[in-house]
Amino acid sequence: MSVTGAPRPRRPWKGLGRPRGQPSSEARAAYAPFLWLAVFFLVPFLLVAKLSLSDVVLAIPPYAPRLDWSQGLGGVIAFVRALDFDAYARMGQDGLYLAAYLSSLKFAAVATVILLLVGYPLAYGMARCRPSVRQALLMAVILPFWTSFLIRVYAWIAILKPAGLLNMALAQIGLPPVDILNTDTAVYIGLVYAYLPFMVLPLYAVLERQEAGLLEAAADLGCTPLQSFWRVTFPLSIPGVMAGALLCFIPMVGEFVIPDLLGGSGTLMLGKTIWTEFFSNRDWPVASAVAIVLLATLVIPILLFQRQQTKMMEQR
Amino acid sequence: MRRGPSAFNIAAIVLGMGFLYLPIVLLVIYSFNESRLVTVWGGFSTRWYVSLFQNEQLLAAAWVTLRVAFVSATLATILGTLAALGLVRAGRFRGRTLFSSMTYAPLVMPEVILGLSLLLLFVSVGVARGFWTVMIAHTTLTLCYATVVVQARLVSFDEALEEAARDLGAPPWKAFALVTLPNIAPAVAAAWMLAFTLSLDDLVIASFTSGPGATTLPIRIYSAVRLGVSPEINAISTLLIGLVATGVIAVYLLNMRRRTAAP
Repeated sequence: MSVTGAPRPRRPWKGLGRPRGQPSSEARAAYAPFLWLAVFFLVPFLLVAKLSLSDVVLAIPPYAPRLDWSQGLGGVIAFVRALDFDAYARMGQDGLYLAAYLSSLKFAAVATVILLLVGYPLAYGMARCRPSVRQALLMAVILPFWTSFLIRVYAWIAILKPAGLLNMALAQIGLPPVDILNTDTAVYIGLVYAYLPFMVLPLYAVLERQEAGLLEAAADLGCTPLQSFWRVTFPLSIPGVMAGALLCFIPMVGEFVIPDLLGGSGTLMLGKTIWTEFFSNRDWPVASAVAIVLLATLVIPILLFQRQQTKMMEQR
Repeated sequence: MRRGPSAFNIAAIVLGMGFLYLPIVLLVIYSFNESRLVTVWGGFSTRWYVSLFQNEQLLAAAWVTLRVAFVSATLATILGTLAALGLVRAGRFRGRTLFSSMTYAPLVMPEVILGLSLLLLFVSVGVARGFWTVMIAHTTLTLCYATVVVQARLVSFDEALEEAARDLGAPPWKAFALVTLPNIAPAVAAAWMLAFTLSLDDLVIASFTSGPGATTLPIRIYSAVRLGVSPEINAISTLLIGLVATGVIAVYLLNMRRRTAAP
């Protein structure tokens, strides 16, 4: 990957050959995926929003009102009138949802900080190796990203459970056993483990591109290695830090598999709440309301992430 | 950074890689354990692999999963390549911001939300959940990954080459198929593989969108895991890890060879 710095020149002649106002063939190529995402991504969100305003009933599907097209406009009006904020009210009254909300944010934030502390030295070390070694190490970081998330989380159960491999190893060296599985500690271990590749890859991408000359210049100007790290290397790697943090933080807030398999009954996270409300309690409106609140919280980080992605694509 | 790694760097790499790989290595080792207990090594044995292939439920789930992954990865790669073309080359068009938001958002969106929203769509339309609904859900997720992979390659490809072909009289689709496509082929292949493995792995979205008769392998594994650790799960996990690792390493080596062969 080489960085030339200057953006590629725009092509002023582009699109001159076709009539004004008519989309280019590339724009037309995007119609199919555009339509797909509109139908299977955008519309479903509107449905979640709608359902969060509905009520629970004992029926299949378990919510009301349902839009009755055969009634014409009257049906639509009756439908809109029947929508209310009951699900949100129920969510607000029960302290459990607020606790789950706050604890999700805490889990994701703390895990992101730990990921930075673990991932940065790893990415930095990789970037300083010879190119051939670097390639192999990069491959080694990417490989777990491709292997099943569920399986990697499962692997920790065998290690952390009371009669598991960790306690067996501790007993070997004469230390007392620890009880980690089904606690918040296990959730943190799982989060850091599962998301480490997502943190290392963007960090490595920025660190690998940094010029060695910069550090030499800093040293010539009298910086100690630690000073030149804080004054040169780290500030220049901020885009990678941001990308890695967003890439980990956003999905971790709504994580389900890790708190479900490694956490205990007291581990509260929104992803688990949505799952339980939906599958066990069959309270679809509240599940939707929780999803809407979660989404509203993540809108700003998601927009930041999109801006970063777009910028990165255009910088190449 | 051309200075060699320091002792601190090497320690960071060794510890980091140890953390990433130790659980996987232990899981693979214990899949060959004769004993049913995880912590007791009862000697080397392949009996769990044998019992795996006699488990009809598991085999059926694996077959469903492979079919879903194949169809959805193929569809997602086609749609993702088209989306990347639109994003990189079409310049500004109406709805571009909405379009690029929709392709980036699913990358980080919690899966629980994606699964729930798609399920509501299927319920309100009134289709029975099964193979096709899981396939559609996976295509929606993986198409975004495919877009990003192909887009990364496409931005570094010189458009002038395809323009030259068009100037020489090739219709747009032909210029694309003969000039651009061979050039971005490695990225398209990588996009397909990524989409395939993501679909193979997914538990959350599949749980929401599948119905009776379309139980996928991760759903089966998940329900088994909830009952506790068992050597059979270790065995099937080892097979899956082996399958994916072989594929990824093969692609990597192919790319390396191509890179060294080119001047």
